[in-house]
Amino acid sequence: MRMNNEDILKRISDQFSSEVVSSDETYGILNIEIKADKSFEIIKWLKDDTTLQCSFLTNIAAIHYPNDKDREIAVVLHSWKNNYRLRLKVYLPINNPVIDSIVEIYNGANWMERESFDFFGVQFKGHPDLRRILNEDTMDYFPMRKEYHLEDATREDKDDRYFGRF
Amino acid sequence: MGKIEEMETINGEGYQLTTLDKAIGLARANSVWPLPFATSCCGIEFMATMGSMYDMSRFGMERMSFTPRQADLLIVAGTISKKLGPVLKQVYEQMAEPKWVLSVGACASSGGIFDTYSVLQGIDRIIPVDVYVPGCPPRPEQIIDGVMNIHKLVKNESMRRRYSDEYKHLLKDYKIDVTTDENE
Amino acid sequence: MEAKEQYKTKNLDHLSKETIDGEIATINFGPTHPATHGIFQNILQVDGEKIISSEQTVGYIHRAFEKLAERRPYNQITPITDRLNYCSSPINNIGWEMTVEKLIGAEIPKRVQYMRVIIMELARIADHLICSSVTEREKIYELYEEICGARLTTNIGRIGGFERDFNETFHAKLKTFLKTFPKAFEEFNSMLERNRIFMDRTKGAGPISAERALNYSITGPNLRATGVDYDIRVMQPYSSYEDFDFIIPVGVNGDTYDRFMVRQEEIRQSLRIIEQAYNNLPEGPYKADLPEFLLPPKAEVYNQMEALIYHFKIVMGETELPVGEVYHAVEGGNGELGYYLISDGGRSPYRLQFRRPCFIYYQAYPEMIKGMTLSDAVLTLSSINVIAGELDA
Repeated sequence: MRMNNEDILKRISDQFSSEVVSSDETYGILNIEIKADKSFEIIKWLKDDTTLQCSFLTNIAAIHYPNDKDREIAVVLHSWKNNYRLRLKVYLPINNPVIDSIVEIYNGANWMERESFDFFGVQFKGHPDLRRILNEDTMDYFPMRKEYHLEDATREDKDDRYFGRF
Repeated sequence: MGKIEEMETINGEGYQLTTLDKAIGLARANSVWPLPFATSCCGIEFMATMGSMYDMSRFGMERMSFTPRQADLLIVAGTISKKLGPVLKQVYEQMAEPKWVLSVGACASSGGIFDTYSVLQGIDRIIPVDVYVPGCPPRPEQIIDGVMNIHKLVKNESMRRRYSDEYKHLLKDYKIDVTTDENE
Repeated sequence: MEAKEQYKTKNLDHLSKETIDGEIATINFGPTHPATHGIFQNILQVDGEKIISSEQTVGYIHRAFEKLAERRPYNQITPITDRLNYCSSPINNIGWEMTVEKLIGAEIPKRVQYMRVIIMELARIADHLICSSVTEREKIYELYEEICGARLTTNIGRIGGFERDFNETFHAKLKTFLKTFPKAFEEFNSMLERNRIFMDRTKGAGPISAERALNYSITGPNLRATGVDYDIRVMQPYSSYEDFDFIIPVGVNGDTYDRFMVRQEEIRQSLRIIEQAYNNLPEGPYKADLPEFLLPPKAEVYNQMEALIYHFKIVMGETELPVGEVYHAVEGGNGELGYYLISDGGRSPYRLQFRRPCFIYYQAYPEMIKGMTLSDAVLTLSSINVIAGELDA
């Protein structure tokens, strides 16, 4: 059952007209931006709705935009089944990046959210066990944010001048 | 009597005259028991070296020991991250003397292409290494060449090396706890 | 059982209930363990031999690929993608190249697409064989060497095609492979497929139901073993997969036996696809018309100005890509491998995120081994084929 993007957008906007901030289509996938406080409700409705049936979560990613004021961290959810992909975006301010966790809806979101927390510092409210997953537990910064370097700042064996980094 | 520096091996009819160092060196070199500490891609190439096409067991390395207590050679193949560093050091400390370390691959030797915040830039930051095998991943022939060099080291090592001051100093540099029996 | 009855009659009030009924031991399974294909740790709580719960620690081989990708130009990211699932690195490479081609909107010739299908299916066979035999993988390594020069971490292809066509030796070796490999494979398979001991050992070990598997976002052979026929090659075909005729094997119970059987059948289907692609390989160019990404011939570089400029820009990594946001997924050896790429118009990505199947389905492992014995846990771990490079990235 192949749905095209206009129908999907119409159906979601009919249900949640005030929550949908904007939408566009990139390379065939519909992107919808929603507000952070109603995200749990919208995603639950998307899973239960009999026409849309977004019953498979593909990916959760986070992106850091240091220059947009109050829209620094974007949390991107990607879900599909029934052969169409849908991307939901939520923008959060950098000093309080809190969003509801969707572990109750999709069990697979457990580690995906921990990864976003580990790399960007996004706080998922209601997550059963939110702690670092890939980095060491003692790390005190969020490495994927744009202000941090790729290389370890404390290393003393490589001289940065010879690598073109100052 | 003094120390005998260089002595030829004299073979005769039913006897052989040599130093104990050489005899023990020969026995040790042809029966090294490795501990494969394989983390990533180099581990798969190491598995291919143990397979029947490149066959490392013809060099005496038939029995892989996965417990450090019974191993002679620690083969570190693959990237070691900072999170895994203490584990590697603990495995090294659990091995009994004499022990050698072979670092296979660019990541284990110097961090490789991953000059990042989470990768240890070479295992010689935490344990002393004897032979490095470069490559990403090294071909099985290169790994066998590294093992041949280890055999050369094992064959020519003096029996007193592990008790010498130089070795103790090396271990102290790496902050590895050395508790030897004082009556030895 | 008789010993416990005997204890009940004596006065053992000073001992705790757990000591009498069964001690809950904590066992550390990893990080270094001969049975695991990589470095990850499981702390198991066992009662005798039965597992009560388990807790996982991953990240022992975290190499920061995503941050590394933000530093490098687009054609230098291909060697990084190699090291994700290093047992089937051509699939990762070609998936990345297709992502960039989608971003720039390039049209890829038919011959290139068929060549890519042959290489990806060879890689899938190599990945499924990693549990079985290393000797047969050597033949596949020889085929890779004819194309790109490397055995394991291949860095195959370029954005827009390949740098050279298949040579004569490759054609000869592929023909020999297609003739001799099925026999060796069937001989190996006949030892295990209907073997009473193997079936008794693996049936019922580490099961998961289809609905739980979908909730955990599991993909690939592990999901197909539970009965759901979800394969990206069929649902959203890429690189001319719709031209080929193959079936998707599915299992019933989702236990170790089903996973094994699904993988073996997938090897047979991959051989079928390779034969179809090879017999119908169309004539044509082996690379697309993308001068910004593919090096021009040396004669032109020395004589023409534009070729010199393109050569310089490609080697120094100064090619700039259009602004955009694209997600492309390929069917990797373990499931849906996705590349989420955001470009801001520069020489390197703004954000590149890998949707790694091993990372996502390893979450389901505690549920799979709950109530199983310790040896079944080891068997399950081996059958779900976790590759540490993909787990941590």
